[in-house]
Amino acid sequence: MSKPIEQIREEALAELSQAGDADAIRALSVKYLGRKGEVTGFLRNISELPKDQRPAAGKRANEVKKELDSAFNEALERLAGQTGQDSEAIDVSLPGRPAPLGTLHPITRITRLISRVFARMGFGIAEGPEVESDYYNFEALNIPKNHPARDMQDTFYVSDNVVLRTHTSPIQVRYMEAHDPPIRIIAPGKVYRCDSDLTHTPMFHQVEGLLVDENVSFGDLKGILTAFVHQVFDTQTSLRFRPSFFPFTEPSAEVDIQCVICRGSGCRVCSHTGWLEVLGCGMVHPAVFENVGYDTNRYSGFAFGMGVERIAMLKYGINDIRMFFENDIRFLRQF
Amino acid sequence: MKVSLDWLQQYVDLDASASDLADALTMAGLEVEAIMDPYQHLNSVVVGRIVRTAPHPNADKLFCCEVDIGSKTVQVVCGAPNAEAGMNAPCALPGAVLVSGMRVEKSEIRGQLSEGMLCSQAELALGDDASGLMQISAEHAPGVPLARALGLSDTVFEIGLTPNRPDCLSHIGVAREISALRAKPMKIPDIPPAAGPEKIAGHTSVTIEDPDRCPRYAAELVFDISVGPSPAWLQQRLRAVGLKPINNIVDITNYVMMETGQPLHAFDFDRLEQHRIVVRTPGTESTFTTLDGKSRELDAQTLLICDGKKPVAIAGVMGGQNSEIMETTTRVLIESACFDPVSIRKTAKRLGISTDASFRFERGVDPEGTVYAMNRAAALMAELTGGTRINGVIDEHPRPAPQKTISVSCQRANRHLGTRLGRDDMAAYLESVAFSVAMPEADQLEVTPPSFRVDVDRPEDVMEEIARLWGYNRIPTTFPRLTAQAEPPAQMVERKEQIRDLMAGFGFYETINYAFTAARAADRLELAPGDPRRNAENLLNPLSEEQALMRTTLMPGLLETARKNISRQEKDLKLFELGKTFYKTKHHELPHEVEMLAAVWTGANKPAAWHTAAEPCDFYDIKGSFESLLFGLGLEKFTCSQMPETGCSYTRPGRTAQVRLGDTYLGLIGEIEASVLKQFGIRQPVFVFEAHLEALLSCLPETPEFTPIPKFPAMARDITLIVENRIEAGEILNSVRSMETGLIEDVYLFDVYSGEPIPAGRKSLSIRVVYRSHTHTLEDTQVNELHRQITDSLLAAFDAELPA
Repeated sequence: MSKPIEQIREEALAELSQAGDADAIRALSVKYLGRKGEVTGFLRNISELPKDQRPAAGKRANEVKKELDSAFNEALERLAGQTGQDSEAIDVSLPGRPAPLGTLHPITRITRLISRVFARMGFGIAEGPEVESDYYNFEALNIPKNHPARDMQDTFYVSDNVVLRTHTSPIQVRYMEAHDPPIRIIAPGKVYRCDSDLTHTPMFHQVEGLLVDENVSFGDLKGILTAFVHQVFDTQTSLRFRPSFFPFTEPSAEVDIQCVICRGSGCRVCSHTGWLEVLGCGMVHPAVFENVGYDTNRYSGFAFGMGVERIAMLKYGINDIRMFFENDIRFLRQF
Repeated sequence: MKVSLDWLQQYVDLDASASDLADALTMAGLEVEAIMDPYQHLNSVVVGRIVRTAPHPNADKLFCCEVDIGSKTVQVVCGAPNAEAGMNAPCALPGAVLVSGMRVEKSEIRGQLSEGMLCSQAELALGDDASGLMQISAEHAPGVPLARALGLSDTVFEIGLTPNRPDCLSHIGVAREISALRAKPMKIPDIPPAAGPEKIAGHTSVTIEDPDRCPRYAAELVFDISVGPSPAWLQQRLRAVGLKPINNIVDITNYVMMETGQPLHAFDFDRLEQHRIVVRTPGTESTFTTLDGKSRELDAQTLLICDGKKPVAIAGVMGGQNSEIMETTTRVLIESACFDPVSIRKTAKRLGISTDASFRFERGVDPEGTVYAMNRAAALMAELTGGTRINGVIDEHPRPAPQKTISVSCQRANRHLGTRLGRDDMAAYLESVAFSVAMPEADQLEVTPPSFRVDVDRPEDVMEEIARLWGYNRIPTTFPRLTAQAEPPAQMVERKEQIRDLMAGFGFYETINYAFTAARAADRLELAPGDPRRNAENLLNPLSEEQALMRTTLMPGLLETARKNISRQEKDLKLFELGKTFYKTKHHELPHEVEMLAAVWTGANKPAAWHTAAEPCDFYDIKGSFESLLFGLGLEKFTCSQMPETGCSYTRPGRTAQVRLGDTYLGLIGEIEASVLKQFGIRQPVFVFEAHLEALLSCLPETPEFTPIPKFPAMARDITLIVENRIEAGEILNSVRSMETGLIEDVYLFDVYSGEPIPAGRKSLSIRVVYRSHTHTLEDTQVNELHRQITDSLLAAFDAELPA
């Protein structure tokens, strides 16, 4: 037996306190705890001790081994920590390395907002073709050829019988043809009208809605649209329903909301009326139900439609509809 | 449609302010879009009395007039020949804006101060006379506002009428609404009967050869008229609603149309050959000259009003020059008719004209109002032009309109509207707008709408009538019952939303470009002659050449948007669009609509910043975005390989990748060809990707499947191969992936190098293969053996070498 274990321990700790760098500490670890190290050697030679001392010595030697091992590791960690951490302050105001971020088009954002409000009220989403047959765009919606109601919408024609859809309402008809009531859908999408000036673009976006069930009333239509306006604008926004005309609804109504800019006191945006026209709606015309083969005695329903650009302009304070399709990056970045 | 309140007052008491009336009409469905003062231009125009006139010292034809304007006397320079001391004339004071838009200012005219302007009738739109100053009766004191002196005060509503309410295209129609809304009686003008000895039957006849297109034609004669200007009140009425006075006869027909809604036409009776009327379609006639002097093509469907020999009017649209009222006309035949709306609309559309008459006929005139309107016009002609009404009328009425009776269940109406109105209340509302109502049994209303309500056919139309009169805003707000089975989420819609979110998250800005494009867009993209993207749908009526057809690719829109932004000094752009493209189909009516996603990246690869210099973006930047998008959507096993030479005309050959999943073509990644950039006026490299949304979305796993986290460690081994430049890294990686060892977890490229000491024409590719077993810890020897086999097979397959 060479050195007593306590002496090995003290020498090791003393040497550790002198060790200046990681290499020296690792060398100490080898010197004491390595395969040929002193603690290892002590343990290997423990059989040389008298039999009654062996358990105590072995236990102590293992304790020392553990103690030194953690002492070396701690010293190493301490050293690593010191070199890895700069003590000097940094300029925390410098901009960070950015994660790239683009934006969604405001029309996409508002369409989503509208869709989510209706989704919470149980409405699903349906889509349909943008180039439509005259039948779905007009005739099935109770707008016969040579009817003055066709003047309400300036139509782009692809052929005598094919048009760019002038509204999202044909989706209603297609959906009803494929599904039985009850129905609760909205149909967002692009629509086209042959009109281009300060307040009209030849392409724009609408969201159409349709609910069909037994015992649906005009009062229900008012309820759904009131809830919608209150969620998209706020609960202080009042609505009014005025009689109007759409060939595919009867009774038909225009919905005005209190001007969101002036709160009804009159301003340029609402032409000093205090009201803004935002929605058209009505009870589905029985002729439309007949066209899709629904039992008009059993089912009733309502439909509504709105211009997405109009709502986006009110929400964001955009005053020129053409901005939406200019795609000026300085515009897009703002959303 | 313009409505004068002063005029309306003739038929119903207006007991409310203009704005209250406007509100009431708007809330009843007649939207008042504007409230106007037709005499606004008379603000600051007063009665002036000319006190003295003197020749202008510096101008031969001008006078300097001293004009008393009540508060003071001012000097006004005037050139009117009739200006003389003592006369009253309108004097526009500084600040007045005349109908021409001219603003009257205090000014010097040839050195003489002029503090106003003495006006003619024409200058104030009070008549046609422009020859001299308008004479104002001496009874009016100087300084009195002209409008007050002449009794000119009115308010005009501009009503945006919906196509279902032709009955309100008249003052009596609007008055009827007010009468119902305000519970005031109607005052319809009485017409004195014609009393002369002469009977009409001896003078003329009417023959309807096409009763489908002309269900009713009535005629009346007025003789001994003298044509001249209408009286002032009549002219003012017409001007107030936007019509131009022409002569007393024509003005009366227009006046009665604006009063009753029935279009009328007056023929010079002596210019009608054989003094009779025949209603028919063309025989041998192929053209006809209308009142406006234009020669109109006739087709076989055009309904004509003819005399004994020739056409004299295009029915319901416009009269002819050959029978129009002239100054010498002494005998007129008044036409009042009903025409088939569709026939009139077709003719008006075909000829490209819309007149006040055709507008009303297209929408439907009151089939029972024909004779009243004609009598009214005849009586006015007798009264205002000194004419004599010939006794009796001709009223050919081969197709009387059937009377409609609509049966409405009150219970159903209440359920439909969400109201609880009693049957009597419903009946009272309907009766207030001249419906007749019978109540045969409990809950039933038998409703007969008045003849002028051509829009009311079904029970729902009657319900709307009840609802609008009761007031939409009084209907209680309720909610529909929500069925438990909600509509299922639309997967395509949600996926598209996810794609947009990912693209925005990668730094791309979403754009929405017009779905129209120019015919030359295909040429700008250098598409081959047979390219399917040349098979675009053309619009028959485009707004411009630039928007003449439907797009077949998103590329031109994005490149054009890039160009515009670059020209605004925004040169670093990452843009995308998700939208439809349209392909003409042979056998289907509708085009094939293909949804596409496309992105462009040009300029810097990242924003310049203090920590990293920006570098120009390249192919691998946009490729990385596309790959990340696919990963984000849950797709992993797609491949990118060189696009064949003819695969894409607008991207650089050799620098375009086709992206596939198995056999499915998903899209392409590439750099825009220089010549194409030039076509679009872009002077910096542009990188793009395009994806077929439907193909892409059909490949997506619906729900990701969980694989257990590995319990055993992985081992990585590297290989560096020196291969010819033409060998694609992707092929080598795919070749490793396809080796069925069961132990390869991942293979990736971590270095590409060419140059010394690699021989020219070759490159070195360093690949790391990660091995792992799911059942045990791999042994070195096992992995080394496998790795050696892989290396050997790659060396052989790709004619590769190991580094020296």
